[in-house]
Amino acid sequence: MRGRLRSSALAGVLAALMALPAFAVQPDEVLDDPALEARARQISEGLRCLVCRNESIDESNASLARDLRLLVRERLVEGDTNEEAVAYIVERYGEYVLLNPQADGWNWLLWAAGPLMLLTAAGLGAGYLRGRSKAAPQTEAALSPEEEKRLKDLLDDV
Amino acid sequence: MPHSRIGGRRGAETRDKLNRAAPRPIGAAPAHAYTDGMITELGHFALILAFLVAVVQMVVPLIGAHKRWPGWMAMAEPAATTQFLLVGFSFAALMYAFITSDFSLSLVVQNSHSAKPMLYKISGTWGNHEGSMLLWVLILALFGAMAAWFGSNLPETLRARVLAVQAAVAVAFYAFIIWTSNPFTRMAVPPFDGQDLNPLLQDPGLAFHPPFLYLGYVGLSICFSFAVAALIEGRVDAAWGRWVRPWTLAAWVFLTIGIGLGSWWAYYELGWGGFWFWDPVENASFMPWLFAAALLHSAIVVEKREALKAWTILLAILAFGFSLIGTFIVRSGVLTSVHAFANDPERGVFILMILVFFTGGALTLFAMRAHSMQAKGVFGVVSRESALVANNILLAVSSFVVFVGTVWPLVAEMLFDRKLSVGPPFFNAAFTPFMLILGLILPLGAMISWKRGKLGRVAKTLLPVFVLAVALGGLAWAMQTGRSLLGPVGVFLGAWLVGGALTDLWTRTGRSRDLSRLARLPRADLGKSTAHAGLGILFLGVAGLIAWEQEDIRVAQVGESFEVAGFTLTLNDVRRVQGPNYVSTMGDITLALDGTVLAELFPEKRNYPVAQMPTTEAAIDYRFMRDVYVVIGDRQENGGWVVRTYIKPLANWIWAGTLIMSLGGLLSLSDRRFRVAAGARKSRDKAAVPAE
Repeated sequence: MRGRLRSSALAGVLAALMALPAFAVQPDEVLDDPALEARARQISEGLRCLVCRNESIDESNASLARDLRLLVRERLVEGDTNEEAVAYIVERYGEYVLLNPQADGWNWLLWAAGPLMLLTAAGLGAGYLRGRSKAAPQTEAALSPEEEKRLKDLLDDV
Repeated sequence: MPHSRIGGRRGAETRDKLNRAAPRPIGAAPAHAYTDGMITELGHFALILAFLVAVVQMVVPLIGAHKRWPGWMAMAEPAATTQFLLVGFSFAALMYAFITSDFSLSLVVQNSHSAKPMLYKISGTWGNHEGSMLLWVLILALFGAMAAWFGSNLPETLRARVLAVQAAVAVAFYAFIIWTSNPFTRMAVPPFDGQDLNPLLQDPGLAFHPPFLYLGYVGLSICFSFAVAALIEGRVDAAWGRWVRPWTLAAWVFLTIGIGLGSWWAYYELGWGGFWFWDPVENASFMPWLFAAALLHSAIVVEKREALKAWTILLAILAFGFSLIGTFIVRSGVLTSVHAFANDPERGVFILMILVFFTGGALTLFAMRAHSMQAKGVFGVVSRESALVANNILLAVSSFVVFVGTVWPLVAEMLFDRKLSVGPPFFNAAFTPFMLILGLILPLGAMISWKRGKLGRVAKTLLPVFVLAVALGGLAWAMQTGRSLLGPVGVFLGAWLVGGALTDLWTRTGRSRDLSRLARLPRADLGKSTAHAGLGILFLGVAGLIAWEQEDIRVAQVGESFEVAGFTLTLNDVRRVQGPNYVSTMGDITLALDGTVLAELFPEKRNYPVAQMPTTEAAIDYRFMRDVYVVIGDRQENGGWVVRTYIKPLANWIWAGTLIMSLGGLLSLSDRRFRVAAGARKSRDKAAVPAE
């Protein structure tokens, strides 16, 4: 699971990234206004730490993540809405920074995949169930008598 | 076998560098073990022999089954046993090299250190790519051997084919190990000490996480082998369903425990108490789990009603197929570019070939033969069969959603030239609805009759539980402070599932309400209710965290007290502690409630000098209704320390639920019907002889 199986060769890279570990949100980053801080946390949870593996900047110890957290707070203090603050970050760091992929272009396929597959599967399932409920019980013996006996042995043996 | 010791100028340099990088604590055993090379060589030799035996086990019984030559078919059983013993010896030899710190093996150098605690020397055997692949084939061979030992009542041709297919998978993985990931590669110049195991892996929870996970992953191989063998035979019947189910159940139980251990580890180790991250590597284990859960349920329909045959075969192929996909994701590093286990394109391509060959081959065979699987059972639209179909649809589609989300960054980059991320917000939004629907229909489906049920009757029985669950959900909604609606909904579903499972058992006591009848129920029925209740408890735990978690981040001076959600925490001291192979900054915090001391907590921040990596060790006061979770951070300029405190309501319920689910699986596995199917037949036949 997450990051637990890194090869030791890469541990060096990791050590370099984490040379000055700081634990996620630091006390000196926290804004005085609790409402603003809550918004900052909410935004941070949706932004990727660019040098980490699948971590949001809210969880990350990397210094780049700290820079981004501070940037988000700066934008909020300057009066940006959540959307504006996120747009500001995306403009500078690219779409890759968003943990929640946008639903535009071909990405609609990603978002629609679940509902589409469910509809298809439900349709097929319903068809199958209708078929089963109308089917005539099969009477012919598909198994040889010897096999039927063996099967009976197994199934009745409770 | 003698090996050259470090000598000459180059050796002196290496030694010097290693000594500087790794100051060995006084009193630690010196690196030795240059005399044990023989065992390592034998281990290597045994691995190659196991490969050859697997080739024989793949070819001979398959021809034998085709030509109906009993002698050739009979070859499968001893071959499976021999192959298992050989690879078992090979694995033991590698473990021996780790235990004795044999630094003539480059794998031991890269992943061990003489000062490492013994438990982690042992777990270091599988804490790396090569060793874990060896564990992978060991388990593959173990399942093959078990199928041979317990399969004495299988039809001769089916058993021969199952073992041959199992051996074919093994051949591919032996080749992978021997040609791309050989754990027995020697160092030309053995150093005095190793580079240590990744400190994150030096943890009891994680020491046992991979073996359980692999038992699950690889356990699904036997279901795959059964499916492919049945396709070759061209026949699936109720007995087939009964043979496959215990293997699926065992694999699913192991996978559940393995995933649970990993999640628990992440909770206490990563320093902020998350339990699921939708990481590609996590998803890699979760997709087979969902498929195994689906297979478990559809095999019941095959066994009891002789329907859903083709679908069950397909699920068995997909479940193992997704295990292979998971292996590919983890090993190739294609989706986890920054820190993968084995970031080696050659290995990735090899596993991709294995994946394409086996999944593709099995699916082709399926397409050719599926039409011959005629369903026998007839049932109404409102029936247990239909409920199980719904279960299968939800589990399979949700697993595909996880798959699409996991590979989407790759697809988007290759096809649409967009570099994007798919993270937890997507999975939470796209996956959760499936689990909500599943939770909603589960208690109804679990109680409705086979063939033709009456929804009204079941609904009436479950009405009290439903009302109670809605009331609890409403209470949760009233108590929480404007957070996500998922909290109360989760509480409702959790209570509904637990209550539904209890109601199911209650109705089984009959009119007499005689509770002793429960003890006489088939274990499979008890297991079913237990596992479903476990899922409910898991839902409750997740809901508790979503609805009521609290967090506090602050700088505290030594001696300072502060309040978090009614608890009083006092930072008594922060000191430096020397561990066996790390240095720790340890806080000493007293946790009190209303003046009563509840616990003394010692959160740590460790630094492993050899691997040059820091880790956090959270201190957690575990209680039934909540955890208090404390992490110590850095020293600040004003002399204070960063302290992070989390109140985590019902956190334990997540792992308790997971454990109860596995327990339900084990109960079901111990059902007499499976033992009869799996091998007790011989003794029964013997007992029956005098009567005849």
